[in-house]
Amino acid sequence: MDQTITKPRSFQEIILRLQSYWASKGCAVMQPYDMEVGAGTFHPATTLRSLGSKPWAAAYVQPSRRPTDGRYGENPNRLQHYYQYQVLIKPSPPDLQELYLGSLRAIGIDMALHDIRFVEDDWESPTLGAWGLGWEVWCDGMEVSQFTYFQQVGGHDCHPVSGELTYGLERLAMYVLGVDHVMDMPYNDPDAPIALSYGDVFRQTEQEYSRWNFDVADTDVLLRHFEEAEAECARILDQDADDPKTGKRIIMAHPAYDQCIKASHIFNLLDARGVISVTERQSYIGRVRALAKRCADAFVMTDAGGYAA
Amino acid sequence: MPDLLIELFSEEIPARMQAKAADDLKSRVTNGLVEAGLTYAGAAAYATPRRLALRVDGLTERSPDVTEERKGPRTDAPEQAIEGFLRGAGVTRDQLIERDEKKVRVFYAVIEKPGRPAAEIVAEVLEDTIRNFPWPKSMRWGAGSLRWVRPLHRIICLLTREDGSEVVPLDVDGIVSGRITEGHRFMAPGAFDVTGFDDYEAKLKRAHVVLDAAERAEAIWQDATNQAFASGLEVVEDKGLLAEVAGLVEWPVVLMGQIGEDFLGLPPEVLQTSMKEHQKFFSVKNPKTGRIERFITVANRETADHGATILAGNQKVLSARLSDAKFFWENDLRVAKNKGLTAWTDSLSNVTFHNKLGSQRDRIERIAALARELAPMVGADADLAAQAARVAKADLASEMVYEFPELQGLMGRYYSDAAGLPPEVGAACQEHYSPLGPSDDVPSTPVSVAVALADKIDTLTGFWAIDEKPTGSKDPFALRRAALGVIRLVLENGLSLPLDQFIDLQLVRHKGHLIDEVSETDVDDLIREIAAHGVFGAAYRTLKAQRDGATDGLDAMNGAVPDKSVDLLSFFHDRLKVYLRDQGVRHDVIDACISMPGNDDLALLVKRAKALQTVLDTEDGENLVQGFKRANNILTQAEEKDGVEYSFGADPKFAEDPAEKALFDALAQAEAKIAPAMTEQDFSAAMAAMADLRGPVDAFFEAVQVNADSEVLRRNRLNLLSTIRSTCLQVADLTRIEG
Repeated sequence: MDQTITKPRSFQEIILRLQSYWASKGCAVMQPYDMEVGAGTFHPATTLRSLGSKPWAAAYVQPSRRPTDGRYGENPNRLQHYYQYQVLIKPSPPDLQELYLGSLRAIGIDMALHDIRFVEDDWESPTLGAWGLGWEVWCDGMEVSQFTYFQQVGGHDCHPVSGELTYGLERLAMYVLGVDHVMDMPYNDPDAPIALSYGDVFRQTEQEYSRWNFDVADTDVLLRHFEEAEAECARILDQDADDPKTGKRIIMAHPAYDQCIKASHIFNLLDARGVISVTERQSYIGRVRALAKRCADAFVMTDAGGYAA
Repeated sequence: MPDLLIELFSEEIPARMQAKAADDLKSRVTNGLVEAGLTYAGAAAYATPRRLALRVDGLTERSPDVTEERKGPRTDAPEQAIEGFLRGAGVTRDQLIERDEKKVRVFYAVIEKPGRPAAEIVAEVLEDTIRNFPWPKSMRWGAGSLRWVRPLHRIICLLTREDGSEVVPLDVDGIVSGRITEGHRFMAPGAFDVTGFDDYEAKLKRAHVVLDAAERAEAIWQDATNQAFASGLEVVEDKGLLAEVAGLVEWPVVLMGQIGEDFLGLPPEVLQTSMKEHQKFFSVKNPKTGRIERFITVANRETADHGATILAGNQKVLSARLSDAKFFWENDLRVAKNKGLTAWTDSLSNVTFHNKLGSQRDRIERIAALARELAPMVGADADLAAQAARVAKADLASEMVYEFPELQGLMGRYYSDAAGLPPEVGAACQEHYSPLGPSDDVPSTPVSVAVALADKIDTLTGFWAIDEKPTGSKDPFALRRAALGVIRLVLENGLSLPLDQFIDLQLVRHKGHLIDEVSETDVDDLIREIAAHGVFGAAYRTLKAQRDGATDGLDAMNGAVPDKSVDLLSFFHDRLKVYLRDQGVRHDVIDACISMPGNDDLALLVKRAKALQTVLDTEDGENLVQGFKRANNILTQAEEKDGVEYSFGADPKFAEDPAEKALFDALAQAEAKIAPAMTEQDFSAAMAAMADLRGPVDAFFEAVQVNADSEVLRRNRLNLLSTIRSTCLQVADLTRIEG
């Protein structure tokens, strides 16, 4: 049943194939969110849209930042900035597993030769107050995706349930392309007039950000930004739902959620700088979660959140 | 008699849940059928990653008809009451019968409950089972509200008879029962019909699904050992891993692969843990060298290239994992060799052990101090014990243990050896966590024993000091396990040590930090005096007498330590009871021994208890206790009545009866044996001598009346009973023996 599918030749070709595959399955292909996030889940197209009763289907690439994973571009597998491919469909369709396997075929994984397994892996995001059940998907012993049925987000039960797929693009691509070091991976077509490797594009930035993340970022400024984002989030949500200027009901769930994302990323940076003790860690996570919950509370009172006046 | 087949086909069920889910399916369904009046000949349940299945053979066709009688009002009751009864019972007037009861006539409704067909019952029971299934974690999916472990797709519910099979109709939130299932996701896509269990199992096998987990595990193990054997190697047995892997595949295919040459120098435990935790690989070792040289992975399918692609992929993932492990190992070795283990211990001052009990570093210092004090008791060199305690937890700061916490202790031993520390220190690093469970080995080398005891006593006293005792089923800090560890370390090494003293020492160290007004001098003085006097109370009194004023800190400690100490010792006694009960020692026997002095010496306590238990198991022993109790009761009553203690000693010259004289002799003889036995702490000999008293005591009570008319005789006899009492109470408090 596997159609003969050519092998992709570059990192970007794998992304393009995923984009066209999920577009062909009816997903809105969205663009990355224009803020620093730790994972594709933080994109409002996932976090907020998984709430409420309105159906939704979206797919997108999301650049993700994990400051503590920085290795100055030297580790073959670890990066402080990497890409996730994210799919969210609400309600989760009954053939989501088959749809997912189709995406692996689309990027050149031949099911007749490989061993694909769904291995229990429950997902939880303490900062988002979210959890779900699902698997990590293994291809020949390697984790290539996370597959989750969201049960709760921002403290709200998910009704209906969204199915979420997350692909770690670099790792998946390295596997498909047979590359051992991420920096050696072809970024564009290796036969292009100007062939670029992943390292050509990202080695220098990995070094720069690793240094900044670990040693230079001004922790006092970051701590202040955290407080400010937290305060601004609360201030936005404290506004009256009715806009005095337009006279319309405008709950500002998204601007508030931007501040929540900001606080979350600043927390990650502070963590990388090693200035957060074990006990403080829990308290910071709790503060971000409190913001996420308030944003979720606000979103479900909006039209997109399924609120009917 | 139809056979029932049920299959619940879903997305992948976590491996660790499958076996229990199969059992639950079987018990819930069969219990439900039986409660509804059906019977069956046999049942068996199965699980694969994508399905739970149940066969129930020889089910009865119908539940039996049942006639039920319900008592109603008296026949002369008001019409309204009778009407109400008819409505409630759902019968008409002509279905009532009348009966005489205690002078009144009463209506009875006779309700016929016809039996129900098996299909109807099966449908109800299965729906109830699905809706209330005890998954450890369940979820919703799509727009529905049904909960299952992962999305449920199909239900087979089939009754099969000789003339064919019928689907039992059932609709659970839109999932309609049928006779259709699917085989292997990749090797045999598509659905097919089944007609009964045999057909189901056979068709599944043709569709590359082995239904029975035990059969899959067996096939994996067979094939793995064969492949290893063919290369002169052997698979490291791991039953838990085997069960888990069998739950990850429907069609197991065993593949053996190479571990890169670069990684063969890693400690075998590191290889094994990394391969098992991350990749669920079995380790394959060379029996000649003990080294792990290959791995076994279990794929879920056959391929045209005989698994070459799959194996290459797995090998690649393993290399990435082991590169990490090798990186950690080499970094750690560098630290151990160049800076020594204390570099890690120092860095543990930044790691909190518990927010009230300080950092890991603080904890290590306390343990080292206690290990030094314990060392002479266990035959260890004090400096070596302290040194070992100081580095025993150093590996917690190593990169390898950060990555693989389960390697703590073992890595400490490797790093201790690399740092050139004495072998006893390395052994203590590895062994001081032991024993972890009731069947875990107990360390026996003195330095390891000292550190292991100090570690556990420090934990127990610490959590006692901050009121974090276990309650009910909650024991988050595993304190019961720690106490059992101390008990086993002491008993299995035959150590005689005063636990009170060490509890007090460590409580002083903890409380010294917790109470503000206690100074370092207070703590140091108390520790010195406890070491000299044995327990806190004596130390406190000595210091109180020595010092002029400035005893606030001491007084605060006196308010805090003794109660905790008593309470913790009684916790040890409770754990000891559980431990000895498992060895067949009665709880009242232990209670009788705990009441004796020196009960903080657990080895002595157990020696007493076992001697007592042995004697009680004999007829003489049992009767002696009866005799003792009789003597004790008579004596206690007389003492209460007369307001005196008859403990002056009886005089044989007033003995009238031969039995009385004989008892005098017997007591003297017994005492002659008991006294030296007690000096030797030979409780068995002492108890045996007491048991010899049984005959004379019985004969005495048979022949003599204690409360004689003559006051002289009476007093002498009561004093004689007092001798029996004091003689018999030397080993244990026999008043606590039941029966």
